Amino acid sequence: MKQLKYALFTGCTAKQSTPEQMMSTLAVARKLNIELIELTEASCCGASHLQDYDDFLSLVLNARNIAYAEKHGLTMVTICNTCQLNTAMTKHRLDKNIELKAKVNEKLAEVGLEYKGTSNVIHFLYAIIDDFGLDKIKEMVVRPLSQFNIAPFYGCHNIRPSELHDESHKQKENPYNPTSLDDLIIACGGKNVEYEEKNKCCGFHVELQAPHTAAVLTGNAIAGATDNNADMMVTPCPLCHLKLDTQTKHASEAIGRDVSLPVLHMQQMVGLALGCTPAELGLKHHVTEVNFI
Amino acid sequence: MSTNTITTQKVNFKVFRFNADEDYLPYYENYTMDITSEEVVLDVLNRIKWDHDGSFSYRRSCRHGICGACAIKVNGRSTLACKESMTTMIEYFGNDITLEPLSTKRAIKDMIIDKADFWEKHAAVTPYLVADIDECPSCENLVSPHDAEELNEADLCIQCGACHYACPVVEINSDFFGPAAFAAAYRFEADVRDNDTQRLINVNEEKQGVWDCAKCFECAEVCPKDINPIEKITKLHQMAFKKGVAKNNVATRHAVGFLHSIKKHGMLDEGGLVLYSEGPSIIKHIPVALQMFKKGKIIMPWNMPKSDNLDEIQKLIKSSSTVKF
Repeated sequence: MKQLKYALFTGCTAKQSTPEQMMSTLAVARKLNIELIELTEASCCGASHLQDYDDFLSLVLNARNIAYAEKHGLTMVTICNTCQLNTAMTKHRLDKNIELKAKVNEKLAEVGLEYKGTSNVIHFLYAIIDDFGLDKIKEMVVRPLSQFNIAPFYGCHNIRPSELHDESHKQKENPYNPTSLDDLIIACGGKNVEYEEKNKCCGFHVELQAPHTAAVLTGNAIAGATDNNADMMVTPCPLCHLKLDTQTKHASEAIGRDVSLPVLHMQQMVGLALGCTPAELGLKHHVTEVNFI
Repeated sequence: MSTNTITTQKVNFKVFRFNADEDYLPYYENYTMDITSEEVVLDVLNRIKWDHDGSFSYRRSCRHGICGACAIKVNGRSTLACKESMTTMIEYFGNDITLEPLSTKRAIKDMIIDKADFWEKHAAVTPYLVADIDECPSCENLVSPHDAEELNEADLCIQCGACHYACPVVEINSDFFGPAAFAAAYRFEADVRDNDTQRLINVNEEKQGVWDCAKCFECAEVCPKDINPIEKITKLHQMAFKKGVAKNNVATRHAVGFLHSIKKHGMLDEGGLVLYSEGPSIIKHIPVALQMFKKGKIIMPWNMPKSDNLDEIQKLIKSSSTVKF
């Protein structure tokens, strides 16, 4: 197989509050012989909040990020659901609206850049599944996670709006019954846990302005996974991870029940199955300890 | 003549039953039916009533996706029964289908719910044109096609409640207006003839307003009229800044804080954003922050990473900003 090569948009959390996500992304890429060119020039995607303030500016900044991927002639991979949403949404809007694209390019020209629309934007989860292939991952598993029930937590912005997902990725994902992460768990030898909250919201985006709402959503998710006998959760989104991993105290208080489960990043789960060491995957960086390894 | 062949398959239905006048608790009834590829969900409701149990109750009227009466939940997904084909539902969920009212908590009889909360929220956003329009004008009050486009199809809402009862925030925060009410508010805020001054302030208030939206996109996914309520919610946020009614609070500072951070670092400074948004209230985050610090999850300000070519980002912010706060 030809070596896969992507432009990596790390997003902000990978460089700050979820260092383990960056470490495990690189570790898995090494194992799978995927080359990642980090877009060190990229800015924050605005996380849907800059979009609430200044829509046009957020388009310009995201178009700039994509323009750098285009310069490399590579597909951009994201490792955060919200980066994926905002980047793919920018691409969607600019590709559909020539006038808007021209306005954005007028600004980008000031710094010698141009958004052409030549690079796709996909999440690393789907790069692994659609481009590398589940069967090949399965063959490479050296440490099957067979003793674990693993609850997939998809995160809103990878699966909704489904139109955007299906436009960006090769395989469609049913927003009401997503399967990609379940399939990946099974490929890693684990048992996937079915539960109602797997495609629900973690509450991250209202944590500051509506802490109670956010905490209930987080609590419900962990409780749902726990009640269906999960040993751990796994998510492709670092923002969901932050909620599920670091906010268990508030979540427990909000739903009146103690909830806490180890939560792996999707990359950490794959890395474990492929034989990466806990140190390589940054397992010590979790607030809710990952103590089963 | 259609060349499509009609196929039939067996589907197991688990149907929510409850009569608030008689039942202490709701229960589920099971029906197995042969479903053809031509049927919509409403056909199934009709067949349950006509062929199985005449007491089965649900709302229906137009059968053409315009009255908004027949919205229910199919396997937890808000669905306008007369519009959604059973083939799509089987594609989504397989052959075991659960039919429930939009909100089991608000059930009166079977699929019929008390929608009072929905209508109260709808009424609370002044969902009508507020304008001094001459009752006997000498010429028409024309709206240009360009201005009409600004409504972004928000006027197509049929008030079915699909998005309202799919919204996770509505479920938790009973003050929250919800996506349908926001879409209605947007419909009139975007109307060039409207000169109401309170509506936008009202939908930007904390707890009830747009700032409590969790950005989950459930509303966009379920809307049977493709109105995309979250797009309207985003536009209401932007309007609040543009029209100068945005208050200085944690929610608005959270949005503006991104700009400050990107200007300084290119990337988001997570700690800086929380401090900017919360001000002195940052104290309440200290216990979690300490736990995170111990695990190497917090970067000190002097180690804050910066994007390469930051000058480009700063230049673009200068030239492309369209809002001031």
